[in-house]
Amino acid sequence: MLTRRDTMALGLGAAAVTLVPGMASASAVDEAIAAFTGGASVSEGGVTITAPEIAENGNTVPVEVDAPGAVAILLLAAGNPTPGVATFNFSEGAGSQRAATRIRLGGTQDVVAVAKMPDGSFQQAALEVKVTIGGCGG
Amino acid sequence: MISRREFLQASIAASALYGISGFGNWSKLSAQQALTQDDLLRFDTFGNVSLIHITDIHAQLKPIWFREPEWNVGVGDVSGKPPHVVGKDFIELFNLTPGSADAYALTYVDFEALGRTYGRMGGMDRVATVVNAIRADRPDAILLDGGDTWHGSMTSYLTEGQDVINVMNKLGVDAMTSHWEWTFGQDRVREVVAGLPFPFLGQNIFDNEWNEPSEEFEPYTWFERGGVKIAVIGQAFPYMPIANPGWKFPEFSFGIRESRMQEMVNEVRDQGADLVVVLSHNGFDVDRQMASRVEGIDIVLTGHTHDALPEPVIVGETLLIASGSHGKFVTRLDLDVRDGRMMGFRHKLIPIFADVIAPDAEMAALIEEERAPFKDQLEEVIGHTDSLLFRRGNFNGTWDDLICEAMISERDAEIAMSPGVRWGASLLPGDAITREDIHNVTSMTYGQCYRTEMTGDFLKVVLEDVADNIFNPDPYFQQGGDMVRIGGLGYHVDVSAPVNERISNMTLLSTGEAIDPARNYVVAGWASVNPETEGPQIWDVVENHIRKIGRVALEPNTSVQVAGL
Repeated sequence: MLTRRDTMALGLGAAAVTLVPGMASASAVDEAIAAFTGGASVSEGGVTITAPEIAENGNTVPVEVDAPGAVAILLLAAGNPTPGVATFNFSEGAGSQRAATRIRLGGTQDVVAVAKMPDGSFQQAALEVKVTIGGCGG
Repeated sequence: MISRREFLQASIAASALYGISGFGNWSKLSAQQALTQDDLLRFDTFGNVSLIHITDIHAQLKPIWFREPEWNVGVGDVSGKPPHVVGKDFIELFNLTPGSADAYALTYVDFEALGRTYGRMGGMDRVATVVNAIRADRPDAILLDGGDTWHGSMTSYLTEGQDVINVMNKLGVDAMTSHWEWTFGQDRVREVVAGLPFPFLGQNIFDNEWNEPSEEFEPYTWFERGGVKIAVIGQAFPYMPIANPGWKFPEFSFGIRESRMQEMVNEVRDQGADLVVVLSHNGFDVDRQMASRVEGIDIVLTGHTHDALPEPVIVGETLLIASGSHGKFVTRLDLDVRDGRMMGFRHKLIPIFADVIAPDAEMAALIEEERAPFKDQLEEVIGHTDSLLFRRGNFNGTWDDLICEAMISERDAEIAMSPGVRWGASLLPGDAITREDIHNVTSMTYGQCYRTEMTGDFLKVVLEDVADNIFNPDPYFQQGGDMVRIGGLGYHVDVSAPVNERISNMTLLSTGEAIDPARNYVVAGWASVNPETEGPQIWDVVENHIRKIGRVALEPNTSVQVAGL
């Protein structure tokens, strides 16, 4: 696989990140979500993902998830060979149910967050983050 | 395409604003008689606030030729809307007279012939005359610089932007934002900003380590004019570390940061702003989308995509102003601000015809002083051109055809790549090509011309990736450059196709054979965003080539076929 770091100077930048072999299958993402929810249904909304529209560096993309009232948030990089990123657990004393981290994205893909609510229901959101070769800025 | 009448009515009807653009006045006049400086400057002072906007001058201190694009494709919702209107359609949309000075300034049509009639444009000494005249009329007019100011010429390269900085300080800028400034490196930016007599704004300049707003650069600044409180919020180019080498400014992160923009607008409104101006380097389509999603912005002074529009584009109750590039235009925008809101405007995109507007003597002297140490190097004639040399346009232009030809020849490559930047002055057939002219289309702090091998497969990845940065239907995914220019390789592009499906029929021009995905091709290029790129500077490669051929005569380039329009 070509990565930003490995590729030689190419004038436009350096990463063939769009052709990543071994992209996560849809089932890997579904399985990770099912393992988190125990198979319960998941509704859309209630979770805010903050991430750049285009990653400045695919190797370290700042991502923040915010799900007011949640007891846990599962974070997935749906297009990575291994989609699991983290599960954040919030105790009753947590001042807010928000977490920020940096993740590696192997190419343009959805970042998915699933929040477990105190009543046992689940909510989710997805946000596309583009990973590009770069160069050519006018 | 919508007609101008529909366009203006649609925009004004959607707004409670009363507005006038003054461009048409001199347009009609100029068709009948010689232009005068008075015609260009005539403006009935209006309201209680005047803004002066200049942007993307790319260090062009002297008058230049600059051919506007023949190709400026808009995709999705903005297809056929300004600024994605060119040539005869532009003339029709804005009711210009074909062959007039305004048609020459704003479109590519008959560029060579009209250029010989109306002359070069720009020159910061002429700009100074215009700014001084506006200030004579409205002494407290606010001069705002949209960035891409310090970069783009041989003298700016050799002085790390200092020649332009000295000129802009003399001009009396009140605030600026940034893009190519950062390619001089974060230490140089810090050094310059510490000495600037005005703020270097960017609400989206973040500390990369903490992912928090940088404490070194202000998000906004305040002006009080005639009892009106004006907040000017800066928006630096969002994709700096992607489009330009991030290793030159590793401590900083950028991005659109739409939610923080809304926070900043709310913050200044809470502090009593009567007028909220965004001084932006987003690019026009990004600004248009941001204006539709962030509430409470009165004016967006757009930049980056080098569009010159003779009327504001109105989104909701937000005016978008596009003031062109390379010193070709200055916008004067007078506003009537009362009871905490913008009630009306009067707007004029002032074209800087270098042969019509008298140079300001003090500024002219300063520019000569800045050039003096380098004069012999700048003005040395390297060759001549029999072809019109221009860059601007979505696909290949003649300057880059020449640059690619130089790389293939001088670096013994099969394929050459030249970045799709939008800056670079033009030359008319018959013109001498000086060293300065070459630098005007190549100057940068990472100009090494590399030579490497790429597979056919990877070449397609590169073309698809760049195409998606221009033709993605969501403006927030557009970086605002043009398509990478290719020598030695032809291709088809469907601008309306989805990502990774736009490019087809890639052909090696020297043999006429289809590009083999598995084969390695020898590729030369320049402007790599990677550190430690090796090779001679691109301007030396181009100079050597032009010296050898003596006169430039380019064949028409049909190597890019465009579909999906």
